[in-house]
Amino acid sequence: MTGTAALATGLEVKEKVSREDWIMRGVLLAIALFLSVSILLPLYSLMSKGFQDKDGNFTGFANFSEFFATPALTYSIFNSLTITLWTSGIVLVLAFTFAYGLTRSCMPFKSLFKGIALVPILMPSLLPAISLVYFFGKQGIISSWLFGYEIYGPIGIVMGEVIYVFPHALTIMLIAMAMSDARLYEASEALGASKIKTFFTVTLPGMRYGLVSAFFVTFTLVITDFGVPKVLGGKYNVLATDVYKQVVGRQDFEMGAVVSMVLLVPAVLAFFADRIVQRKQVAMVSTKAVPYVPQPSKGFDMAMLGFCSLLGFIILSILGMAFFASFAKFWPYNLTLGLNHYQFDLMDGGSWASYFNSIELATWTAIVGTVMIFVGAYLVEKSKGFRTGRAAMQFLCIMPMAVPGLVLGLAYIFFFNHPDNPLGFLYHTMPILVICTVTHFYTVSHLTAVTALKQMDPEFESVSASLKVPFYKTFRRVTVPVCVPAILDISMYLFVNAMTTVSAVVFLYSPDTTLASVAVLNMDDAGDTAPAAAMGMMIVFTAAGVRLLHAILTRGLARRTQAWRKR
Amino acid sequence: MGDKSAYLIIENLTKKFGDFTALEDISLEVFEGEFVCFLGPSGCGKTTLLRAIAGLDIQTFGRIEQAGRDISRLPPSERDFGIVFQSYALFPNLTVDRNVAYGIENRKTPKPEINAKVAELLQLVGMPEQGDKYPAQLSGGQQQRVALARALATAPGLLLLDEPLSALDAKVRARLRREIKDLQLKLGVTTIMVTHDQEEALTMADRIVIINEGVIEQVGTPEDIYIRPASPFVADFVGTMNFLPGTAGTQGHVKLDGIELATNSSTNDVGPDEPITICIRPEDVVTRGVTKDTDNAVPAVVDALEFLGSFYRISLHTQGPARTGFRADFSINLMRDLDISEGRDVVVSFPADLIRVYGEAFTHSDETV
Repeated sequence: MTGTAALATGLEVKEKVSREDWIMRGVLLAIALFLSVSILLPLYSLMSKGFQDKDGNFTGFANFSEFFATPALTYSIFNSLTITLWTSGIVLVLAFTFAYGLTRSCMPFKSLFKGIALVPILMPSLLPAISLVYFFGKQGIISSWLFGYEIYGPIGIVMGEVIYVFPHALTIMLIAMAMSDARLYEASEALGASKIKTFFTVTLPGMRYGLVSAFFVTFTLVITDFGVPKVLGGKYNVLATDVYKQVVGRQDFEMGAVVSMVLLVPAVLAFFADRIVQRKQVAMVSTKAVPYVPQPSKGFDMAMLGFCSLLGFIILSILGMAFFASFAKFWPYNLTLGLNHYQFDLMDGGSWASYFNSIELATWTAIVGTVMIFVGAYLVEKSKGFRTGRAAMQFLCIMPMAVPGLVLGLAYIFFFNHPDNPLGFLYHTMPILVICTVTHFYTVSHLTAVTALKQMDPEFESVSASLKVPFYKTFRRVTVPVCVPAILDISMYLFVNAMTTVSAVVFLYSPDTTLASVAVLNMDDAGDTAPAAAMGMMIVFTAAGVRLLHAILTRGLARRTQAWRKR
Repeated sequence: MGDKSAYLIIENLTKKFGDFTALEDISLEVFEGEFVCFLGPSGCGKTTLLRAIAGLDIQTFGRIEQAGRDISRLPPSERDFGIVFQSYALFPNLTVDRNVAYGIENRKTPKPEINAKVAELLQLVGMPEQGDKYPAQLSGGQQQRVALARALATAPGLLLLDEPLSALDAKVRARLRREIKDLQLKLGVTTIMVTHDQEEALTMADRIVIINEGVIEQVGTPEDIYIRPASPFVADFVGTMNFLPGTAGTQGHVKLDGIELATNSSTNDVGPDEPITICIRPEDVVTRGVTKDTDNAVPAVVDALEFLGSFYRISLHTQGPARTGFRADFSINLMRDLDISEGRDVVVSFPADLIRVYGEAFTHSDETV
């Protein structure tokens, strides 16, 4: 009846929304609501704070005029850009060469080197900085290598940042290099091009999107990082430390809001540039591409092995130094080993409680985050109709990536600590730390889930519907089991990051919810460098343990499911 | 089939994707127990039509009725159909048994009954005792059988097959074609299959629906479609056809490069000497025992020989000023008897009842499907 009526009036056929569709939309809305509260509204609070005076009166751009009239503050913009560009340049060269060695040479121990290169991911960015102090600080073992320069300042920051972002840049490079097409190399060889010519006409052009993407990721990570400049900055101010100083040191929240908005600008720009580049990269990959298989070449392989060994050695020494310093009784006078720096309860700014709080935070973040992010990604990908809702949700899922942790943390203060906010009871609790951390790391996990879901046959849902099986049953019986590897990846990623992150949570912890990574910061601030290293090592041990557990689970799972997984 | 009632009625169905019209004003009836094929080139809208019938992509305008029930607005879960996809879409983490049982398990059927039903279905599709395997351990043809069993498990009133055989290799495809057809006859389930493979459609379907650019070109039995193509498109798409430029002659006659040919095809709507297209299939060209005095004789010259195994397809051209090129099939022994070679003169004839005439001029696409 409706059909004929529609025809007569020329109306479009509107699909009947089934009970299942309503469930899907309901859950999708709930997650969208969560993200609105956890990122959209806090950011709004932050923005409006930047245009207010201390009493909450609207003052327009007065705060911004004050910011740009204060040379000490504006100089930070220049400083931030300087160290960021230096770091990006150095990291791109190092990561490119390292990735080139891993993918294009026949050097031995490739997986070992790859493992070593990823070690910095397990550390809070404070830790390599602390380690550098032991190498190049006033009492450092090789401080003379700096030719009289100080580690506290741009040199130290760049060194620390290079180590911190190296694994991130490397991962992108490895993916980009893995996507190259062997047929192009064969063609180049058949046409008689030299190796060097092939490098410049095939390798580099094929990598350009990877390089650009790696640049933007490094750029964002460095300009928003707070751990390294906090430890090694000295008198050299950057935007990230300025936010912290304005808020924690001077309690000037309005100026903190202004500085963080200034910090938000390059982060957002880099984010959009990267999205555009990535979209192009996808379009470039052809399904017919044949993976490149390197041929042995003694000199080249040895050179690559040498390079990777050197870099691997540096990364391991950074870790090793932190490890050693945490056990050495009284650097540099008494180097006998002991556990006295691990007695955190005796230190200013640290306690074992903060370590266990971190474990609690990481566990909750992994559980809550994984469930929410995976379900959210599933609904965005698989629900039908409801275009606007899904588009909005997609935007909300991608947004956290553009917001630096410090900015997010500060925004939370303004939003949740506002006297009129009914959610104010969350302030200074563990749940707010979990919400903040889940949100902070939402995007990468979401993209991982989306990738896994896209690899599934899109007709699974159609078949289930034709068999009258509700979507949630198919989700439980098929989607989740098939996506277990991705789900494990997401939960590990969330756990490790919740352990190591400082930037967002540094504004949000309370005396009852101190965290290990913040304890590293505070103990280092108080001059207890060795205990700070010790706490940093506890984080590394834990993160490494979780990674190991993840590897064992993944391997065990692969064995159990190999009957149905096509490899 | 005439006494059977319409089981599925599609009325004035239009599907738009933004500004693009994928289907335009489609009306069609499918009878109970019938096997219908939607045939057309890729991108013609045949899959869109199938998905509209399933409710997977609901039409923009129009109405669909199944078994007397208006299903136009219903989501797939409230319609009555089983579906098999080209990708099989078998659940990779479930065994064959659990895949087949997927739809029945949800209906609170007792376990032994489910197992018996699953065994019966697997027997039916020729896959007994393979129930413990996972889809990845099966060949493509076996996976397609399992997908078929799963689709039939809930005893749907309508079976939808979306290019079910196109991912398989030729031999398996031919065997499964036969088996699916037998199974459909046995179960009597109304079936709609989408395919771009004319051979599949011709061998399996009771009726074929030819779709091109979102519009139905012709609906008919395989014989209808092949012998009496309603449009040059159908003539070109199904089988091989010579499209020859000619002009209309006196009533019941056409002219091809100066030769007057009698035809049973209607030429009413075109006036004398207006351009028309004369069609004849290469296999319909009579090649043996033709002389200049035979009816509709066409003297021609051999241009090229193409060996196709059991016969030769010969390219020829007429001997008049237009030198109109066409193709004709010559059996192997005729080739020997006539000693055919390039440049030789031969006489063939176009039987009046096998010539089709279309009013419009038509440029035939060289796409080999």
